[in-house]
Amino acid sequence: MSIIIDEKTKLAVSGLTGREGSFHGLRNKAYGTDLVAGVTPGKGGQDVEGTPVFDTIKEAVDEAGANTSMIFVPARFAAPAINEAIDSGVETVIAITEGIPVLDMLATYWKAKEAGVRLIGPNCPGVLSPGKANVGIIPDSFFDPGPIGVVSKSGTLTYQIGNELKQAGTGNSSIVGIGGDPIVGSDFIDILKLYEADPDTELIVMVGEIGGDAEERAAEFIAAEITKPVVAYIAGFTAPPGKQMGHAGAIISGSSGTAQAKKDALEAKGVRVGESPTETAAIAVETLRG
Amino acid sequence: MDLLEYQGKQLFAKHGIAVPSGEVADNVDDAIAAAERIGYPCAIKAQVLIGGRGKAGGVKIAKDVDEARQYASDIIGMDITGPHGEGPFRVDSVWIEGGSDIAEEYYASIILDRGEKKLLAMVSAQGGMDIEAVASANPADLTKVHIDPTKPFDAAAARSIVESAGLAEDALDEAADVLAKLAEVAREEDATLIEVNPLIVTADRNVVALDAKVTIDGNSLFRHEDLAEIADTVDDPQEQMAKEKGLTYVKLDGNVGILANGAGLCMSTLDVVAQAGGAPANFLDAGGGSKAEAIVNALEVIKSDSKVTAILFNIFGGITRCDEIAKGIVTASGQIDLDLPLVVRLDGTNFEEGLAILAEANLPNLHQEKTMLDAARRVVELAGGAS
Repeated sequence: MSIIIDEKTKLAVSGLTGREGSFHGLRNKAYGTDLVAGVTPGKGGQDVEGTPVFDTIKEAVDEAGANTSMIFVPARFAAPAINEAIDSGVETVIAITEGIPVLDMLATYWKAKEAGVRLIGPNCPGVLSPGKANVGIIPDSFFDPGPIGVVSKSGTLTYQIGNELKQAGTGNSSIVGIGGDPIVGSDFIDILKLYEADPDTELIVMVGEIGGDAEERAAEFIAAEITKPVVAYIAGFTAPPGKQMGHAGAIISGSSGTAQAKKDALEAKGVRVGESPTETAAIAVETLRG
Repeated sequence: MDLLEYQGKQLFAKHGIAVPSGEVADNVDDAIAAAERIGYPCAIKAQVLIGGRGKAGGVKIAKDVDEARQYASDIIGMDITGPHGEGPFRVDSVWIEGGSDIAEEYYASIILDRGEKKLLAMVSAQGGMDIEAVASANPADLTKVHIDPTKPFDAAAARSIVESAGLAEDALDEAADVLAKLAEVAREEDATLIEVNPLIVTADRNVVALDAKVTIDGNSLFRHEDLAEIADTVDDPQEQMAKEKGLTYVKLDGNVGILANGAGLCMSTLDVVAQAGGAPANFLDAGGGSKAEAIVNALEVIKSDSKVTAILFNIFGGITRCDEIAKGIVTASGQIDLDLPLVVRLDGTNFEEGLAILAEANLPNLHQEKTMLDAARRVVELAGGAS
């Protein structure tokens, strides 16, 4: 098994007619993802290499059977597009777009919650279930199917760790990029729950970074609810206070939200934390193989 | 994006929150002229993006023109280090405002609570001091209430918060009005942090914001023209240059220049360089899908920092293609003088093509490493001792 996306995923891509949207949407399709629709207002009736385009996500649901929406539209139009997806009847919305105003996401977060729709992102690389489906921009060639579930705030850092796992001869049930923004639809805890319930996931790798307290909350949750081994990595030990490091969420003010505080919180709950991506992958493989 | 105190006060005034009137000055003569217009006593306040200005000597009350001259020349140009060791921050300007007749000092803030995914309103009757100390010594003195995102937050909703914070009875209506307006500033100006410490009650019982600490969400600047102009004024020359070239760059203190793709991988690269005994000179995320042009720009920015003695490129290609990065390095070597050792680690999408391009170009100062850890060790060795 895997989590969030698999063979049953029927994907509608908002922004499929754009340059990035078509590149990645078609790449996802080439991987085997069932791409059923594109969505661009005003371009209904067209197609992108055989995939029909609709004016609204609702039409993609009603007419093409979409159950998963990927948002690939520019930042200033992205929150309305996510809201449209939430109202359309899809089960899952995966928002790749970077740079969405955080207060827009605050409203959208509660809207998704109320509607019972799973929202991943924004500002995330998406979700990959190796061998089954890929929704987003994760380069699938670095990941093989296997027993390790990965959940991460960062894209490239995940590829780095995933590649090391592959070279060690193992692989992944799913890889979930939850995004690096201050407000994201799903936190570590939401994804940890899914991996705990997934029979094919034997171990979980969690990749965090400075800012917020999602890692600290996850540490509490792991101690209380997760029976599977968890290995973590935290980026940003050398980040100076008050400086924003690229990801809008990666900013620390004062002493809270530091990499050290997160590492300490996780270790206090028995989670092993790797010093580098390489060591993290090595600990995961060692733990798995006992 | 953080606003200076006076910029925050201008934003407050726009939303009808009472603030002392004043003027900003970036030199002593202008500061004195402003003080003369405002009258004495007046407050001369360092404009820096850090708390603890008062303790550092960055806020003074001048009783006459001689004191105004003395304080303005002391404060303009001074370096202020934050309470958690941030900075130092150089004071480039002062804000001069009329002295206030203070009867009570309160605290009020609206911040984005990432964990709860709500705005959080905090009010205390113990203002004018370090609020973190108040909160830890006596948590009951700080009233914290989350704002329901589905309901309007008006003066009526704010009233119960200021009441439970125990503010003076005759100041409750005005304080509630200020708190509601602070929430309006958050919503309408896309502020993720607004802190007023102190929020004062004057001798004639008016509620006035005597300080302003405001952080604006950088992602929202497309819909705030006035705030976007403030964002364009970056002090650091390298950061300014990077901004013009569309790169995400943060300057640090060390001598190892760093470029990586993706914020997470870049932070991780800084960490492994530090673990290897080196001192990173910067954070530079070349972004997903970096093309040759971006690499040339990035190298120019990194090299313009004279402290840098060696450079590390740590690339794991996802959307970014390693052959594009390699082409960028070769192009850059033709355009700028690459007299510093450059350690390159390419992995991921098209890394074999990338390595072939670099091998063929045979650049004199280029060192290739296969793994991130080896690359970090190598660049630290080549950079020499931390400067």
